[in-house]
Amino acid sequence: MILLVLLGLFAGLSLIAIGGVASTLPAMARAVVAHHWMSAPQFAALFGLAQTSPGPNMLIATLIGLHVAGIAGALVATLGMIGPSSVLTVVVAGVWERFRAARWRLVLQAAITPVSGGLILAAALVVVRAADHGLRAWAITLAVMLVSLCVRLHPLVLLAAAAALGAALF
Amino acid sequence: MTAESPRPSLAALFSGFFVAGLSGFGGVLPFARRIMVERRGWLTAAEFSDLFSLCQFLPGPNVVNLAAAFGARQRGFAGAMVAIVGLLAAPVAIVIALGTVYERIGSIPPVHHALQGLAAGAAGLFAAAALRIAWPAARLPARAAVVGLAFALFGVLHLPLPAVIVVVTPLSVFVAWRQHR
Repeated sequence: MILLVLLGLFAGLSLIAIGGVASTLPAMARAVVAHHWMSAPQFAALFGLAQTSPGPNMLIATLIGLHVAGIAGALVATLGMIGPSSVLTVVVAGVWERFRAARWRLVLQAAITPVSGGLILAAALVVVRAADHGLRAWAITLAVMLVSLCVRLHPLVLLAAAAALGAALF
Repeated sequence: MTAESPRPSLAALFSGFFVAGLSGFGGVLPFARRIMVERRGWLTAAEFSDLFSLCQFLPGPNVVNLAAAFGARQRGFAGAMVAIVGLLAAPVAIVIALGTVYERIGSIPPVHHALQGLAAGAAGLFAAAALRIAWPAARLPARAAVVGLAFALFGVLHLPLPAVIVVVTPLSVFVAWRQHR
């Protein structure tokens, strides 16, 4: 049952999405290719599409679900991605409040940022590799990255420019 | 919560997170913060930071966690559901529409090439965001080593994510514990 497979995949990713959904992108890319749902470049295209929509960056899960099993797949994948982590958050929120000044809480909080930082850098490498085949794609990625780091522009402006360059160059 | 801050109704929870979800491109957090703290006064800046640190610390989409935790604190289970649905309804509908169009015309050559460019651009945006997130975490040498180790195990050696978390997190806790003495 394809919907159950989708639910299981994203529910599992939901619980290991340390620092946010971004850190699970490599695992997600690996899973969709292993299931023969799509190729790595197709995954990169869906990721690009998800980035052009407003909202949190977990929408890539919605698009994978849609590609695999239509609207039902989209909803099931979304539910899987947010369900387990939301339940965990609601349960832990009460405890967290009570230990506002506890040293273990400060230590845990400080410990999580370098871990998620490294995971997200690795995820960026995987996404870049999936998206970029050939010199021109690498050039677009590098240009968008540098402009985004140096200038404050709306992300949609950069994405539109990248799509226009793609249509013109490829 | 402070005594005088208003307790939002279910409708207010829905509309607040609905606006935040529609406003955010490449990151909803700044919009959620503006609405919850500045526009509606549901939380003070400090209360918001405190709640958000939890949502970053736990797995899952950070802003969805924020909606779940805040909604539950204000209005219980129904509050959490209403806040999450408010946050996601419009973005999920929009992305399904985009995805449906993509499935129809995504393989036509000019569209296909534009999408390749879009994918390359999105990867560049994401790489920039990753650098911005990792940089402050890596300023101390011991923490930079943790960042580097997580990156190497996950991005270069391609170990599964749970294995990387199990190996790197205790090390990071040790580093943070020594620095908090």
